[in-house]
Amino acid sequence: MSNAAREFLRSAAEKSADLVHRQIIRRGIDSYEAANERGRSRFLDWDAARLRCQEIKWEAVNNLDRYLLEFEQRVKDRGGHVFWAENSEEARNYVTDLATARGVRKVVKSKSMVSEEIHLGPALEKLGIKVVETDLGEYIVQLRDETPYHIVTPAMHLNRTQIAALFKEKLGDVDTDDPQQLVAAARRALRRDFFSAEMGISGANFLVADAGMIALTTNEGNGRLCTSVPRIHVVLSGIEKVIPRLQDLATLWPVLATAGTGQPITCYSTLAGGPRQPNETDGPEEFHVVLVDNGRSELLANVGEREVLHCIRCGACINACPVFRTVGGHSYGTTYMGPIGSVLTPHLRGLNEFQHLSYASSLCGACTDVCPVKINLHHHLLHNRRDAVSASDRPWSERMGFALWRWAMKDARRFRVAGWLARFGMRVIHRLHLDGTLVDPARPWNRNHAALLAPAKSFRALWGKQNGGNGSSN
Amino acid sequence: MGEHPAFVHFSLGHFCLAAEFLPFVERQPLVLRSFEVWTISGRMAKVALFIPCFVDQLAPEVGMDMVLVLRRLGFEMEFPEKQTCCGQPAFNSGYWNDARPVAERFVQIFRNAEQVVCPSGSCTTMIRNFYPELLAGTPLHEEAIRVGRRVFEFSEFLVKVAKVTEVGASFPHRVAIHDSCHALRELHLKQESRELLRQVRGLELVEMPYSEDCCGFGGTFATKFGAISAAMGDVKAGNAESSGAEFVTATDTSCLLHLDGILRRRGSKLRTIHLAGILAQTGSPAKRRPRPAAPQGAP
Repeated sequence: MSNAAREFLRSAAEKSADLVHRQIIRRGIDSYEAANERGRSRFLDWDAARLRCQEIKWEAVNNLDRYLLEFEQRVKDRGGHVFWAENSEEARNYVTDLATARGVRKVVKSKSMVSEEIHLGPALEKLGIKVVETDLGEYIVQLRDETPYHIVTPAMHLNRTQIAALFKEKLGDVDTDDPQQLVAAARRALRRDFFSAEMGISGANFLVADAGMIALTTNEGNGRLCTSVPRIHVVLSGIEKVIPRLQDLATLWPVLATAGTGQPITCYSTLAGGPRQPNETDGPEEFHVVLVDNGRSELLANVGEREVLHCIRCGACINACPVFRTVGGHSYGTTYMGPIGSVLTPHLRGLNEFQHLSYASSLCGACTDVCPVKINLHHHLLHNRRDAVSASDRPWSERMGFALWRWAMKDARRFRVAGWLARFGMRVIHRLHLDGTLVDPARPWNRNHAALLAPAKSFRALWGKQNGGNGSSN
Repeated sequence: MGEHPAFVHFSLGHFCLAAEFLPFVERQPLVLRSFEVWTISGRMAKVALFIPCFVDQLAPEVGMDMVLVLRRLGFEMEFPEKQTCCGQPAFNSGYWNDARPVAERFVQIFRNAEQVVCPSGSCTTMIRNFYPELLAGTPLHEEAIRVGRRVFEFSEFLVKVAKVTEVGASFPHRVAIHDSCHALRELHLKQESRELLRQVRGLELVEMPYSEDCCGFGGTFATKFGAISAAMGDVKAGNAESSGAEFVTATDTSCLLHLDGILRRRGSKLRTIHLAGILAQTGSPAKRRPRPAAPQGAP
């Protein structure tokens, strides 16, 4: 078992028993689901829209080389810079080198999961550069010195009282739990940062190939301030975010907003495509796009799993996931949590270290049901499990267990005898009141359940008796 | 002169009228119904039973209840004794090479069956939805797809194939439905079990909040990630209790075994019962067979 797996088990068990956490998440998900349902009903045909988005992303991912080069060319034509980063380190170094070379002392960041993925914040801070998260949720978790709890709603795990206490402690000038006043306090603090930062960092919801622009959506307008006020604008994006045409946004934007929060469209939808042009009045002096690979090319080469790159990071699967609701976003210990995280992380960071996430699912399929680009998420979890077994990455005892299982299941007589032995054992254990103790082979089950009661006779025995067949007697 | 529509109408109406007045028909309305259904298709279909391994060993009453209902409806049944398991435990754990021979065996055993009925949405899903992928590239691939089309989950078989919703059951209790994930999302079954339950005499069907949320069983997930699984089960149990039902039912025994273990540990009064268990009840109290109450050794 990897360290990550051990930590996951520990943290998941702890959160599973945390009833306050359970209640906060339930409330958050309830209001999301109500909004999401309203949002979907605004579509004439939500499933047709999903299908269209799936087609767009399929086209983009299967022609990634072409569209990325087209995007790069157009950005360069307008005087922007494009840097291809093969891994986190290269991406991080590009940004830190740029910040050092330009004498940057403060960076404002709009929400970007890729920046979390490459651990950019700590790298900049190590150089003495102040990094300010400007998305309200991100700002809150930054004040708490935490990572985002959820890719769309980073502070979902906190209630109003907790946030009020946090602001009182960290900002000083506010002592209320009125949401409006809390937001106003954050706004006052952030305004100062927007206008004193030399560098703005943003993510990108989409990279539009034919326009050579990044498409960015935020609900607070912070994205727009990050991309236009500071002297330098750096975009961090995974290579899979490219889409062919500007007109594709007509479908993708509303679908992303609906799946993400239930809104018809996000409040601020921004397109940015380069530094300030001679005839323009505002915008950054420098425009850099860092295209991060970090394992995505390998996923692209894997035809069976390539579809995972269709993800538009809306967070719908995370909200739908009963495991996520139980263990919470931090237990995963990864940048991407929930179903998409459990599918993606083993590809990006190694199957050996993160396969446990692909096993930590009841395979209920709720994620696949809600995915707006129709990624077959729970099937990909199964594929990851298959690949973990193929790589001989599973415990010896489990491999032996299934070899034995196969031997027993290939013959009805053997199955019957094995079944009888198991039931007999369970009945003896139960008779001796040893359920759930160390001698109980059904301990993993009986630890969490009232004892499993084994019947004296199997179905085939009862059927044989009733139908006079040559069935067994047990 | 051919048959006048009015004549047909009259004779059918006459037949139904007679059925209502004849006491012996009233005692056996279901024989009449299945007669109607199966004479239209021209013959009685023989049904092969697939009893999943854990139902066979841990919940045989579910299989027997299903047999009882099908027999009451007039179906002839066979139980191919060579059957063991569909292979899902190994498949879901990633052991596709171990699951494959077990799946191939299943296809060979059931390749000649006209219709296969199974009291589990999960195992039906394995055969219908996952065999094509598991057996891709093997000689049995096409055969597996054909067999998959003929395997039906119990409620699906009754409502969609046999087109029966009234099975002559009586169960005067308040019952809530948990929508088992595989039946719901892989087989797209939701209304079937409800339609069947609405016809049960005396039964009050109640909806529990979040009935579509997973109960947390998930096969080996329940033992590998026991704490998560139990917490999910706890949420489900709470929702089921809040519905005010006396029984919670589902189409999958696996969900119910899990929920039963959770409910009994909570000391809940709520009991679990498989859909087949409800449909098998005809009203005589002696025949009621809910799962047993908390055992002596329970903590």
